Amino acid sequence: MTISQIMVQLAAGMGVSIQIFIVTLIFSLPLGLIVAFGRMSKNKVISSIVKFYISIMRGTPLMLQLMVVYFGPYYLFGIKISNSYRLWAAFIGFIINYSAYFAEIYRSGIQSMPSGQYEAAKLLGYSKSQTFFIIIMPQVIKIILPSVTNEVITLVKDTSLAFTISVAEMFTIAKALSSSQTSMVPFVAAALFYYIFNFIVAYLMEYAENKMSYYR
Amino acid sequence: MSLLVMNNIKKTFDQLEVLKDISIKIDEGEILSIIGPSGSGKSTLLRCATMLESIDDGEIIYDGNYATSTKNGKTEYASKIELKKIAELYGLVFQNFNLFPHMTVMQNIIDAPVRVQKKAKEIAMEEALKLLNKMGLLDKAEAYPYQLSGGQSQRVAIARALALKPKILFFDEPTSALDPELTGEVLKVIKSLADLHIAMVIVTHEMAFAKDISDRVIFMADGLVIEEGTPLEVFASDNQRTKDFLGRYASML
Repeated sequence: MTISQIMVQLAAGMGVSIQIFIVTLIFSLPLGLIVAFGRMSKNKVISSIVKFYISIMRGTPLMLQLMVVYFGPYYLFGIKISNSYRLWAAFIGFIINYSAYFAEIYRSGIQSMPSGQYEAAKLLGYSKSQTFFIIIMPQVIKIILPSVTNEVITLVKDTSLAFTISVAEMFTIAKALSSSQTSMVPFVAAALFYYIFNFIVAYLMEYAENKMSYYR
Repeated sequence: MSLLVMNNIKKTFDQLEVLKDISIKIDEGEILSIIGPSGSGKSTLLRCATMLESIDDGEIIYDGNYATSTKNGKTEYASKIELKKIAELYGLVFQNFNLFPHMTVMQNIIDAPVRVQKKAKEIAMEEALKLLNKMGLLDKAEAYPYQLSGGQSQRVAIARALALKPKILFFDEPTSALDPELTGEVLKVIKSLADLHIAMVIVTHEMAFAKDISDRVIFMADGLVIEEGTPLEVFASDNQRTKDFLGRYASML
């Protein structure tokens, strides 16, 4: 197998990795906000349930969570797992895990807002949702951006965990190629891929941070 | 009819009685200063009047509309819709400004009139420029709050409150976060508002200012109104408690 053939195979895996990355972000960023609201809810039942969910997501390995999502339907309910469920299981596993982490980031940002901002908004007649989306959220985004960057960079590398449920993403293919070709090249190529991917992510997030630096 | 009537207001925080049976009245266009030692309940009274804190007992009546009423010994607040309507009558200027840092001065002033009162943006901007001119801040319209001094920030906050055209404006120690030089410029602006004929209730430690600007002065201590009257009456009071308090400001008067 020539290097270019290896690259073609890896490229397919790359596509799957990027797919997991994008789908996870698209769903977990908004879901995280909803989870954060649940966590901060005045309703004790809701907030305890959400707190428990977050502690499970943070307290157990993502690898194990992926396996539970993938094998769970069969072991728990005897549902036959189809091959196409693999990628779906990866999506679901990543989304529920990352929503929990993003929720805690949102919560830290929202709770750091001084009460004076809420009071000023109330006196000016803003409704609760206007207060949140016009006054609070724009400021929260600026505050949490560095933590979000951290989490997004971790996500790039975490996509390789889909390997555990045999999703044909970058790392799964690199490992298979490496053993079949007895070569380091696939690993080096994979490392380069993750590094460049994260380099771009970091660059974009820095751009976003600069965009938000028009005020202090 | 008085613009604001507060009857027998009581407020307790964790068994600490902050307001013990306070009653005040403000007429349209009247300027009332509330003075008194720290912890006497002045700020709490303003926060209750502006619904930032809920009272335990008493009546708050704006322009004949009951924000809270007492029925069978229980104090109840009016419905959200009624409270929202009542809220259009008053505004509040905070001690620490509470400007929105992510908005320019202009956006801070026009956002609520446009978004909440559904005013046309052009009209809101025109009015905002007039207010900024009055505040001496015409050149700061596009600045962000972090670029302003404390005195400028407070003047923007005053303009923001005025943009909603309240009938009564509360000031909660508007100069306490400012050094003496900046205090002067803010007090000058507040004084210049007298000709707008909106009622003003000012909680302040600036005795000379209170004496000079007010139609009426209230001296509060320990959650009670100790004295009430014209500036001349209160500042020349025979009441020992009042004299003790004012004595500490003697050099300023």
